[in-house]
Formats: sequence, C-alpha cells, structure tokens
Amino acid sequence: MDVSQYLGIFLDEAKEHIQVLSDQMLILEQEPDNQDAINEIFRAAHSLKGMAGTMGYKRLQRLTHDMEDCFSAVRSGQMNVTSGLMDVLFQALDSIEGYVETIQNTSDEGDNDNDSIVNELQKFLKGEGGDSSTAEKASAKPAEEERGASASGDKAEYRNIVLDESQKNVMKDAIVSGKHVYGFTVFIQETCLLKAARAFLVFKAIEESGDVIVSSPSSQDIEDEKFEFRFSLFAICDADIEKIKSAIMSVSEIEEAVGEEYTEEMLDSGSSEAEPENAAADKPVENAPVPAGNAAPAAKENKSVANAKKPAGKPVVSRTIRVDIEKLDTLMNLVSELIIAKNTIVSAANSGTQTGGGGRNPLVENVEYLESVTTNLHEAVMKVRMVPIESAVNKFPRMVRDLEKKLDKKMNLTITGEDTELDRTVVDEIGDPLMHLIRNSADHGLESTATRIERGKPETGTIFLNAYQDGNNVVIEVGDDGNGIDVEAVRSKIIERGYASEETANQMSDKDIINVLFDPGFSMAKQVTDISGRGVGLDVVKSNIESLGGDVEVKTKLGEGSTFIVRLPLTLAIIQALMVIVGGEKYAISLDSITTIEDVPVSDIKLVQQKEVIQLRGTVIPIIRLSNVLGVESTKDENENLVAVIVKKGDTLAGLVVDELMGQQEIVIKSLGKYINNDRIISGATILGDGEVALIIDANALI
Amino acid sequence: MQELEVYEEDKVTQYIVVNLGIEHYGIDIKYVDNIVRVPQITRVPNVQSFFKGVINLRGEVIPVMSLRLKFDMPETEFTSKTRIIIIKVDPSAAIGVIVDEVEEVRDLPESMVEKKTPDKNDPSQFYITGVGKTDKGLVSILDLATVIGEKEIG
Repeated sequence: MDVSQYLGIFLDEAKEHIQVLSDQMLILEQEPDNQDAINEIFRAAHSLKGMAGTMGYKRLQRLTHDMEDCFSAVRSGQMNVTSGLMDVLFQALDSIEGYVETIQNTSDEGDNDNDSIVNELQKFLKGEGGDSSTAEKASAKPAEEERGASASGDKAEYRNIVLDESQKNVMKDAIVSGKHVYGFTVFIQETCLLKAARAFLVFKAIEESGDVIVSSPSSQDIEDEKFEFRFSLFAICDADIEKIKSAIMSVSEIEEAVGEEYTEEMLDSGSSEAEPENAAADKPVENAPVPAGNAAPAAKENKSVANAKKPAGKPVVSRTIRVDIEKLDTLMNLVSELIIAKNTIVSAANSGTQTGGGGRNPLVENVEYLESVTTNLHEAVMKVRMVPIESAVNKFPRMVRDLEKKLDKKMNLTITGEDTELDRTVVDEIGDPLMHLIRNSADHGLESTATRIERGKPETGTIFLNAYQDGNNVVIEVGDDGNGIDVEAVRSKIIERGYASEETANQMSDKDIINVLFDPGFSMAKQVTDISGRGVGLDVVKSNIESLGGDVEVKTKLGEGSTFIVRLPLTLAIIQALMVIVGGEKYAISLDSITTIEDVPVSDIKLVQQKEVIQLRGTVIPIIRLSNVLGVESTKDENENLVAVIVKKGDTLAGLVVDELMGQQEIVIKSLGKYINNDRIISGATILGDGEVALIIDANALI
Repeated sequence: MQELEVYEEDKVTQYIVVNLGIEHYGIDIKYVDNIVRVPQITRVPNVQSFFKGVINLRGEVIPVMSLRLKFDMPETEFTSKTRIIIIKVDPSAAIGVIVDEVEEVRDLPESMVEKKTPDKNDPSQFYITGVGKTDKGLVSILDLATVIGEKEIG
C-alpha cells in the first residue's frame, strides 16, 4: 500500500501524540499514582505504535513498543515510577521526536536504532519486577501483539478486556440468576464510513435483549469514532448466543461477530489482571448489596460513575477540522481583494454624492451595508486563522524540567492564558523567542538554590508565562522571581567595553541601559552575560518579535526578578490605518500606534539638544518631520501650523509631522517583497481604492 | 544549473529580446511572468538607487527596478514603448525590470550562443552569461538571477 499520501496526517497526529505523552509524563512524574495520566499515556503510545507500524517505520515502532511495555507495566503496578525510569522514558520520547523530525524532512525514519535507549528500557522491564513479573510480562506481551495483529490472528479480542471486580460480580450474579454472559468482538467492514453509527446499532441490537456491561474501547470513545474497525464487549442477555449474533449481523456493514458464553469460572480465570484503576470509583457499587435482578441497573450506574470520572482527566476535545494553511491564505487574499474593491466603490460613491447634491441615495446606503459586511467577513476570516498559543508554549514545561536537572536549580513554570488566540503565522514564529526568554529566566534570572535560601526566598524559583489579549494586541509576559537585572553592573560593563563613553553611560537612564542588552553587538559579549545575568540571544528575541510586528520591553527590580513583556498584533494582514500625505505622496500609519493628532503652531516648537520638541499637556515630545525621513519636499509653507500625528511605542511618544490628513481607512498589508532593502521605516505597502500603491510607515521604527 | 544542461543538449531556448538604447538583451522566457506597460510607480524612500519603486499589478505589490540604472547607464524618460518585464525566478516573489522596448520573442539554438564568463569589473558586463548571434545583430544573454540579486555575482 502506498502510504505517502497519509504522511501529512501521520506527522500531524504523531506530533499530537508526542505532545500528549510529554504532558502526561510530566504529570505522571509529579503524581506517580495518577491513573488518568497513565491511561492517557498508554493510549497515545499505543496509537503512535500502530501508526508507525502502518506507515512502515519499523524503528519508530520498536521504540514505541518498548515504551508501551514500560507504561503497561507501570499501569498494572509491576513497575514503580522512579526518576530514573522517567529519565529514560523522556530520552525515548526525544528519540521518537527525532524519528518524526527525520520523517518530516526526508519521509524516511533514518537508520538510528537508538539501541542504548531500547536496552535501557529493556533493563527496566526485566530488572524491576523480578521473576514473577517477568512471567506475567511474557503473558501480557502476546496479548499486546494480538491487539495489533488481530485480523490474521485470534479474533476473540473480548478476552483482552480487563474486567474489574464489580463488573465481574455483576456478571456472576447474572449467571446465578439464570441469565447469560457473552463476550463479543464485532468487526465492521473497513469500507464503512459511519462506523460509530454501526457500532451504536450493534449496541442497540444487544440491548434489546440485554445489557452491555463493558466495552473496549469505551462507549464514549466508540461514539467519538475513536476506534479501529472493531470493538469488543461483554453483555448480560436473556437470549441465547446465536440469537444475539444474528441480531448483530443484521446490522448492515458488519463483517463478522465472534463471541462465546462465559461461565463463572471463565470470568474468574482472567482475574489476575484486575485493574486497580477503577477501584476508587467502584467501591460504592461494590459495597452496596447487588440483588440479582438489579444487576443491570447497577452495572449501568457503575458505568456512569466511570464516565463521570472521565471529564476531569481528559481535556475536552474541540471540534476542529484540519485545513491547509494555504487554503486559508487564499481565502484571506480574496477577502483582501474584496476590501480593495469595496474601498474603490466607497470612494466612487462619495464622489458621486458630492456632484449629485443633497439627499441620501440608495447607492450610499448600500455601500455602507457592503462596508459592514466586508468588515464582518474580514473578522470571521481572521478568526479562522486564529489558533491558541498553546501549541507554541506546550513544550515549555518539559524544557523547564530538563533545565531544572541541567542547571541543578529548583524551578517551577506556571503558564496562564495558553488559550489566548493569535494568527497562526504568529504562533508558529513566537515559540523560539519565548523559549529564549524562558531559558534566560532559568539560566540567568533565577539564583542558585543556596542563594535563594540565603535571601529568604522560596527554595523553588518561579518562572511564569502569562498571555492575555489587550485590545488589538496580545501580550505575553515571561518572567521570574529571580535576581533581576543589575543595571549598575551593566552600566559599568558598557563603559568597560567601550560601548559608550563613561560620561554618556552615566547619563543613560536605567531603561536605556537595559535596552542596550537587546543590542546585537552588546549581548554577544560573554562577560556581560555573566555579570548582568542577561543577554544571551536577546537581540535575536527582539528582532524576531519585531519581524512579527510586535515589540518587547523589560520590567526589572534588582533582587526581585524581571518580566519581559512581549506585545504582538492580533492580526497581520488587515489593519485600520490613518492615511496621510507627505510631499504629495500618500502614506498609511497604523491606527494602533497613534494616540492623538495635534495642530501645532510653529512658535510652539522648541529646540533641545538640536532636536525639535513640543510640549504637549506637560510632556516633552520629540517631533520627527516625515518629509526629511522620507526624502521629499514638504508642500507646506514654513509658517503654517504643523499637523503632528502623535504616536507611541511602549511609554515613549513622538510627533510625526505630515502635510495633510486624508482620513481613516481599512488597509490590506502587502509585503514589499524580498528584493527591496529599505531601512525598516516602511513596513509594507497597500493598494488604495483607486489602484494606487501607498506605503505603510512603521512608527515603531521611527521612535 | 538548467542553462548548462541546455548547452549540452544543444536545445533551442526562447528569449524575450529587449532593448536598452542600442543594445539588445535576451531574457530566458521561462522566467518571464508577464510584460506590462508602465503604470503609476510609487517611490519607496531610502532604497537601492536602481529601484524605481513599487507598482500594483492586479492586486499584488511588486517592486520594479530600472535595468538602465542597474547597468550604470544614463536614465531616460519613459516613452510609449517602455515596458516592465515581470520576472519570477523564485515562484513566490515577483519583480519588475524596466526596459526601453521589447523587440521580439526569438528562438536561439545553442550553437548560436557563445558562452561568456561575466566580467566583474564592467557593470554593463556583470550579468552577461553569453552572446547570441542573430540576423539583426548580437544579443547579450542576461543572467537574471544575478540581475535581480537572487544570487551573488560570479
């Protein structure tokens, strides 16, 4: 079978499973008794193994198989969760991730056997349990393989269902009262499209003459189509087995149903593998006397208890479909074009009314309607492109765990707001800068455990990542309760390294000093890093975030910690902008960065250090004449009042002097392409209603 | 290096022959996306001098460069014959080059093109990979990837 067309799906799903494994293994490490975690892990490992097998990735399959064996042993209580075991399992997970990455790049799994890890895993499997468990493991393993190779091998998979005590009791009581207990495995034709519906009909058919006690997978999973083309179940029925079988087979698209009647002894024979996992949930049922006649309702109650328990451990799966990002891009482009066309009509309609005189004409009304529709459409499309930042931050807990071991510091990562949504392209890019910041906090921000105790801080350092939406921006704060930035140490380093003269450096504000840390030339210096505790790759962080249209600032207090505040735009493609004219050329300035527009008499302009400033409500604001920056002649008379667009970046304000204001407009951002190198003042271009191209001024780059 | 393969097989390649002043240049047709008249060009401040700005080509913003300025030739006024050749070396990024005139589309068999090493010292010869002989005279074959800066000179 050619499986290449499934490669994309395989990669997506494999990554999901790896993420689940990573998350749940972290939980398991903290709470070795967490059965939900181990079950989740087991399921993910099992699916991964199955997928790898289908795709023919033998090495990946082997490694996941051994991992699965370990989890299986943990689940059945034969193996204890130790830090050593978890280390090996995490290593194995890394190797699996390595395989998947290789597959992504070359569509082949490579030839790294990872023998050492496999051997380690085997050692744990053999070493931990001693003689008895090895035997048990041997018996568990074939069962495991059966599950994978059922089509050709033993079809009676219901034998693999692990029954807990209460389920057994219910069934035994039923047998005593003269009912029949059957185990069934039902196979659905592989061409069947609605297997969940077929399974439902099978359940219904059985329940006409009895009750389904337990099924594998669970009825919830079957309902969600989370099963292969077969499922197994135990049922208590009045009718004889042939009748049930024919009832099952009467459901269309059922290929085969295998089953047998169970006696009390048969139920007992499988008891050694009774699972402890449901014990807590089952107790009330077990303790209550179960009269024979009420067996079925009791079983149902038991099931509902088990089900009620589930939502707590299992995240609610959102209803999603996978859509190729290119399709979304196409949709986005179409909306962009629509908006351009709309702008054309708006300008045509406006000029029409001017010549036509007073009175509202139907064209204008409809144009306004069109405007509101396109705005809503734009918002809807933007929302489609939005994904939670979760996918970017969910690898961090694992990373911090590793850092904890590597740096030998106790630390704890708290993440809030991981459901905050951002444009997919931003989420894809934001992972690395955030990772840098967290590493920075772990490595340089947090003090050593000894120092922390000395300073009376909690022994375990805290690193936090908080994300939230703030107007048209998403803010992600990454920080720690560590040492903070020692501004004076940085200042002396600046002088020492000749980065600035002593005089200049001493005049620099704390903020300016901290900003130097983001400078590429500066942060390269190792010495500074050691003393200041900051600097590694901060320039990269800054440039990455700025290339996404965002910015980053730092708040720090010596001895108490630092917080990096990353601010990102919600959308990249379409923004509200103020259109201005400078020297006869049209430019757009993002409305986000504009605070006010001021009419400034020439006499109000003062000179401070040869730079023009104005006073605005008590604040001194530098003014920037855009005509100079853009290399054009201003068309305005020197003595006329200036039009200043006041823009802000963080806490800093500046006034951009323009010739004329055109008004506010929704614009579609287009890239200038990779061939033109401009000095970042121009962040892009947009097409106006009349087809003319106007450039977008990046106010952030000017401040 | 697709050109090299072409040479070896002695295949016929189609070129758009454009004029700058009295000189003829050949552009491999496989890179040409479109040929358009000069629309309104929006100047982009503070960029390389040979970039005239950006244009709107059916809703896409595309940078345009003057081939004359790139080759250190004197700039001339646009005429009714001036054209912009829209080039796509990288399928996801278009760029326009302004030429004085588009002359014709011409098939040139390999045997009629003399290979040439680009001369790094003469700006008008930086980008020439060969000279084709036609009945109307010589046509300098342009190495487009280098012209638009997709790859380094050499």
